[in-house]
Amino acid sequence: MLKLEHLKKRYKTGPWVLKDISFEVPEGEIVGLIGPSGAGKSTLIRCINRLIEPSEGNIYLADACLSKLSTSQMRTQRRKIGMIFQEYALVERLSVMENVLSGRLGYLPFWRSFLRKFPSNDIDNAFEYLDRVGLIDHANKRADELSGGQRQRVGIARALAQDPRLLLVDEPTASLDPKTSRQIMRLIQSICRENGLPAIINIHDVPLAQQFVDRIIGLQGGEVVFDGKPDELTEDVLTRIYGDEDWHPEPQDDADELEQVEVA
Amino acid sequence: MRTWQRPHYLVPNKRWRLALWVMFIAYLVVGIGSVEVNWMRAYEGLDRGAKFLAGFLQPDFTSRAKDIYAGILESLTMTVTSTVVGILLSLPFGVGAARNISPKPVYLFCRSFIALSRSMQEIIVAIFLVALFGFGAFAGFLTLTYATIGFLGKLLAEEIEGIDRKQLEAISATGASWLQRVHMAIWPQVMPRMIGLSFYRFDINFRESAVIGIVGAGGIGATLNTAIDRYEYDSAGAILLIIIVIVMACEYLSGWIRKWVS
Repeated sequence: MLKLEHLKKRYKTGPWVLKDISFEVPEGEIVGLIGPSGAGKSTLIRCINRLIEPSEGNIYLADACLSKLSTSQMRTQRRKIGMIFQEYALVERLSVMENVLSGRLGYLPFWRSFLRKFPSNDIDNAFEYLDRVGLIDHANKRADELSGGQRQRVGIARALAQDPRLLLVDEPTASLDPKTSRQIMRLIQSICRENGLPAIINIHDVPLAQQFVDRIIGLQGGEVVFDGKPDELTEDVLTRIYGDEDWHPEPQDDADELEQVEVA
Repeated sequence: MRTWQRPHYLVPNKRWRLALWVMFIAYLVVGIGSVEVNWMRAYEGLDRGAKFLAGFLQPDFTSRAKDIYAGILESLTMTVTSTVVGILLSLPFGVGAARNISPKPVYLFCRSFIALSRSMQEIIVAIFLVALFGFGAFAGFLTLTYATIGFLGKLLAEEIEGIDRKQLEAISATGASWLQRVHMAIWPQVMPRMIGLSFYRFDINFRESAVIGIVGAGGIGATLNTAIDRYEYDSAGAILLIIIVIVMACEYLSGWIRKWVS
């Protein structure tokens, strides 16, 4: 389904942020990407939909080689790749419904979104997705009126509206409390199960990852240092990924990763 | 016993400091001397000022009512049309001049146009355009439109450069085109401030329309200039009062609208 071959990335002439990453994600598999801040997790998933341009290597989604496409061809591929963000990244001053419908932009000509003349089919589906994430009563609220958990649900509905073949999820729970985090992870998991969707989830919280994903890839210094089932994640492996630390009773708490990447 | 004195960082040498002071004072003396203050003229000016003040206190709205009405109408027409056209044209220039969303050549072109527009004061532009297109409101309209593009274009570009990039990234990730990104991710973020700034510019344009009328670009400024030339200080006072009232009304209205939008 998704295949990465020798993916490398460096910013300008800086150090290599990603050093030769290769792995495959089959249909329906949920992959948790863990690793310390600055390991390159955010860069990696942004290279897949080319929000960040990879420096070398190939990325295949189904038959398309994403890393070789022109900008306009990439747009039609991006429609197939739903993305969920750390701080929800909703357009704050638009309504919940408009945020969900913005998932359709890649399919629509400019005049339709400009006049808010979305096809009735899209509107129908959007209501269904809002129902699915439990926000059907909030369709006409402005996005900035919602709580964190609710906003992330809108983010999920927006990704669903794209009718995606793949989900890229960047720290979905980093700004949420433990209970809401579990609800959000469970929602993402069940949506992937229902649609047979593969997903790559960047996540800091190791126990949370173990609870909800099928496979874990550990990233350290831009390299894959672990690839296996969640229950194979022993103390030794955690030390390999994060460095020496007393792993009990508390897992390590990391700072915001995206900022680290941008500094690098 | 220890003593302390604040060190002189700027000019540490004491002789240099003294020399600089002497030079400065000498320049001041020579400079003032060259102005040729004519106390006689100052006195006569005071006299005229008093007459003007008297006219201002007893404004005459009636004897030149027709001229005043026509001038106000022309100024308002000039203000409204130039503000609307200026806003519409400032949108592409503002978007083009935002470094984070426009390609380098477009960015450089729009930035230079805005810089050029802002570098020239309205009166200078008006004098030039009056020379090109003759006296009247058309030159005034062009002047104010030109100034509005520079003003709003620059502020819009800065507003766009300061947006929350995460929202833009999310919309890009859906496969939206460039136009769709500008409209769905950027416009909602900059719109409230853009509306506020547009009304602010409306204020400015009305005030400027009174000023550029003096150099021949039509409007209430021309009427005011004529009144002063004829020593009709009571009519001039009436015109000034009307300008003040309209500007204050605009100010109040734009404040109210800005509050309502945000």
